[in-house]
Amino acid sequence: MRRALSLIVLLVLAVGLASALRGPSVGAEARRASLIDDDEVNFGRRYNSRAVEETGASNVVASVLVTYRGLDTLGEVTVLFVAATGLAALLHTGRRRRSEREATPASLIVFTGCRFLFPLILLFGAYIFAHGHLTPGGGFQGGAIIASGFLLIYLGCRGRQPESKRLSAVESLAGLAFVLIGLIGLAVGGSFLLNFLPEGSPYALLSAGIIPVVYVFIGFKVGSELGGIVGDLSGAR
Amino acid sequence: MSFLAGYVQYIGSFGLVLIGLYIVLVKTNLIKVILGINLIDTGVNLFLVSVGYIRMGTAPIFSQAEAAGREMVDPVPQALVLTAIVIGVSVVALALSVAIRLYEHYGTLNLCKIRELKW
Repeated sequence: MRRALSLIVLLVLAVGLASALRGPSVGAEARRASLIDDDEVNFGRRYNSRAVEETGASNVVASVLVTYRGLDTLGEVTVLFVAATGLAALLHTGRRRRSEREATPASLIVFTGCRFLFPLILLFGAYIFAHGHLTPGGGFQGGAIIASGFLLIYLGCRGRQPESKRLSAVESLAGLAFVLIGLIGLAVGGSFLLNFLPEGSPYALLSAGIIPVVYVFIGFKVGSELGGIVGDLSGAR
Repeated sequence: MSFLAGYVQYIGSFGLVLIGLYIVLVKTNLIKVILGINLIDTGVNLFLVSVGYIRMGTAPIFSQAEAAGREMVDPVPQALVLTAIVIGVSVVALALSVAIRLYEHYGTLNLCKIRELKW
């Protein structure tokens, strides 16, 4: 009964979506075919042609994310923070049963392998977020890689867990630094998250103004936040 | 055949959304419902990225080797989908923590038993 009803609903939806595909085409392909040929309206082409000279970052997605739409990124980081806080509040209120569970110690091979791999994973994550303005990647991707290193620690060596207080301290300080950079831009040039540092020469590691700085802070914040989420969900903290 | 070549990414994204919606409507296990929501999220992200796609376009990253070459795809949907992916991860994490608390309270993940439904 329920299955038949939902299949009917899905069928109606599928017919509607398929009829949307048969109309005039949408997307960048259609815009290239001179439907909209104005750079002031077609933001993608405007960013692609001018982002390198305006921000100095060769990764156009990074310059869109940190400078042109920097406020969106601040909101995104806030959403992640609120989700992590809510998750910790949901999982930690009024229960102490979790600590009774006996943790089986891992074998020597697993333990040593985790301890060997963890710094390498941290280094790779730091490489990803420090080169976010030059190569594919950025703060969020590097932070996710660092969180996978924390997951390895939570699964592999139960004895050596990162302290949750230090994780939250890193997270709060990195978020505060992001807001402070935005406020410095407000004080120097009159707009929040202004790119106030020199742009430098393109393709160099120290270039593109505040983009690498902000990405390093985002990498720290996302890495510690996702690591805390992983630890909460695995019941380790 | 040309229709398929031009629209295969849209068909794939709509298919992902429909599969996720089917899971949300039919399945009674809470974990499966959360995975269905995640599938819908993935489908929407794929749709947004493919709206900005240009045929034979490259990633919007300048590198010294191929500074001038093929046309680059639209960077704005990619940046916004990056935002959407992170928000999707946090939504799924929050939903999973609610599922953990529900399991501790009711002892089951079956939605019909939790809501005491008949069917």
